[in-house]
Amino acid sequence: MGKAFHRPEALADGVTHYCPGCTHGVAHRLVAEVIDELGIRGRTVGIAPVGCAVLAYNYFTFDFQEAAHGRAPAMATGIKRVRPDLIVFTYQGDGDLASIGMSEIIHAANRGEKFTTIFINNAVYGMTGGQMAPTTMPEQRTTTSPFGRKTVQTGMPIKVAELIAALETPAYIAREALVKPKYINKAKKAIHKAFGYQVANTCFSLVELISTCPTNWGMTPTDALEWAEEKMLPYYPLGELKTPEAGRSAAKGRNPDAA
Amino acid sequence: MGKVLMKGNEAIAEAAIRAGCLNYFAYPITPQSEVAEYLSKRLPEVGGVFLQGESEVAVSYMIFGAAACGARVFTTSSSPGISLMSEGISYITAAQCPAVFVNIMRGGPGLGGILPSQADYFQSVKGGGHGDYRLLVLAPASVQEAVEMVMAAFPLAEKYRNPVMILGDGLIGQMMEPVEFPDHLKSPPSNKDDWATSGMDTRRSAQRNLVKTLYLVPEELNAHNLKLKAKYERMQQEDVRCENYNLQDDYQALIVSYGTMSRVCRTVIDNFKERGVEVGMVRPQTLFPFPRKAVYQAATKASCRAVVSVEMSMGQLVEDVELSVRGARMVHWYGKCGGEVPTPEEVMEVIAKLIAS
Repeated sequence: MGKAFHRPEALADGVTHYCPGCTHGVAHRLVAEVIDELGIRGRTVGIAPVGCAVLAYNYFTFDFQEAAHGRAPAMATGIKRVRPDLIVFTYQGDGDLASIGMSEIIHAANRGEKFTTIFINNAVYGMTGGQMAPTTMPEQRTTTSPFGRKTVQTGMPIKVAELIAALETPAYIAREALVKPKYINKAKKAIHKAFGYQVANTCFSLVELISTCPTNWGMTPTDALEWAEEKMLPYYPLGELKTPEAGRSAAKGRNPDAA
Repeated sequence: MGKVLMKGNEAIAEAAIRAGCLNYFAYPITPQSEVAEYLSKRLPEVGGVFLQGESEVAVSYMIFGAAACGARVFTTSSSPGISLMSEGISYITAAQCPAVFVNIMRGGPGLGGILPSQADYFQSVKGGGHGDYRLLVLAPASVQEAVEMVMAAFPLAEKYRNPVMILGDGLIGQMMEPVEFPDHLKSPPSNKDDWATSGMDTRRSAQRNLVKTLYLVPEELNAHNLKLKAKYERMQQEDVRCENYNLQDDYQALIVSYGTMSRVCRTVIDNFKERGVEVGMVRPQTLFPFPRKAVYQAATKASCRAVVSVEMSMGQLVEDVELSVRGARMVHWYGKCGGEVPTPEEVMEVIAKLIAS
C-alpha cells in the first residue's frame, strides 16, 4: 500500500509564520500539489506580494521573486515576455492586488499575459494590522473602519473576479473558497485548471480564494470559517466566471448553496 | 558599417540592439517617444521583445521581473516618467539586478516643459527612490557618445549587478548627428546562474534562486547595505570617466559641465582662446561615480582663480563640484532651466566677470 499523504516536493518542510487558523497554508499546499502534479517545479517562478505572504518563498522549493506592493503582475509580465517557457504565478492578497495593484492586474489580464494569479481574498489587510481593504464587507469592523465599513463613504466591496472576467480578452477566471473541505477540493481543481491553461500557453488565469483572517477579524479559527461562509460567500459567488472556451456568458458563478 | 545620420533617440534604440539587448519595455513620454516607436518596428525584426506598459510604474517592474530572471533588458523615459520608475529602481538596486534606464531629461519640476534640461541631476546621482542606493550614471554629450554609452552600459550593469542610467538632456535625444555603431562594444551576456530566477531546470541546478529585497533582521539589512556600499566604492575606484578640455595651458578659470551644456562651453573656451584668455574644462562622463580627483586637480592648478559649474539646472552639479574642490577655490554656478540652453555669449560674460574680479 502506497503512502496516502505526503508533503508535496514543491512545498518546503518547516513551520510557517502564519497565525493559527490562517488559510494561507491551505492555499500554499494546493499550489504546491498542482505544481507537483504538472511536473513543472523546475521551470516555475513564483512572485510573492507585499502582505502576509511576502515570505511565501520560504515555503516553496523553486525560484521566487519578491515584488513591491501590487506590482507582481508587472514583474510576471516581464518574466513571461522574455522567458515564455517559464511557468509564472503571482500570489497576492486583497490589499496588494485589489487596492494598490489594481492597475497592474487589470492591464496584465487585459493583455492576456500567460501567467497565473492566486488571489487571496480575506476581506482585510493582514500584515499591516487589520485595516480596511477594498474587499472588506459592509459594516465589517477593521482597524480603519472601527464603526464598521460604511459603504456611503467607501463604496461596496470590489468583486475582483467579476471585474477581470468582464474584460473581453479570453481568460480563465474562477472564485473558490478555503473555508470547508468541500470548497477546498473545488479550489484545488480550479488552481489545477488555471496552471493547466498556462502550461498550454492558452491565456491569463486567476483564481480568487475566499479566505479567513481570524487574528484581524478577532475571531477563533472556527468562528472565522463560519463567518466567511455566512457573510462572504453570498456576496462573492463561487465557481468559474470565465473560461477561454466558453467566455464569460456561459460560465456563471454557482450559488454557494449548490457547492 | 560606416557613419549614418540618425536622431539621438533612434540611435540609442539601435545601440541597445547592437549591444545585444533585445528586450524593451516602455511608456511613451516626450521628448523620447521615438525610442519606443523605433523599437516597436525594429525589435520584432530581430526576434526581440517590445512591450508598451500601462504606466512607468509598471514598466519599472517589468524591467525588474525580466532582469531578475537573467534577461538583458532596458527602458527609456523622460523626467516625470523616471520619477514614477524610481520606486522600481530602488527595488532593482536592492535586489542587485542589472538593467539599463535611459532618461532623456525635460524641464521640471512637475509637468515642467518638454524642452531640454539637466534638472534631474540630483534624482539620478543622489537617489530618487527610497533607501541607500546609487546608480552608475553616464552622461553623453553627443549622439555618438550616447550610442557608445548605451553599448557600454550593459556590461557595466552586469559587472556591478546594478542599474546603469544614461542621463541625456532633450537635445541628445532630439538632434541628428552622424553616428557609427562600434562592433567592439557588443558584449556577450554574463553568466547569471548563481542568482537569477531563470528556472532550476534551465540552470540544471538543485538549488533554487531567490530575488528579494526584504531584510527584517537589522543586522542583515545593515550587512546588505554595506555590501551595496562596497559596490559603489568599487565604481569610484574602477569606472570614473571624464574628458579634459584645454587643461594644458595656464587657464584662469575652470568650467565643470556635462552633456549638451559642455558643448556650448567648448565654444566658450575656443572663443576665449582667440582673445588670448585661457579657460579649461573638466567634463564628467560619469556623474556617479563623480570625477572628484580630476576636478580637484584641475581646480587647484596655480593659474586657476575660479571654478564655475555651468549647468541646465538651478545649482545641482555645483554641489558635487564644491565637494570635489573642498574649499580650495571659490566655486560659482551659472545655469538656466526650463528649456533654454545658455548661449556662449552669456557664459563668456559670466566667466569674464569672474576672471576680472
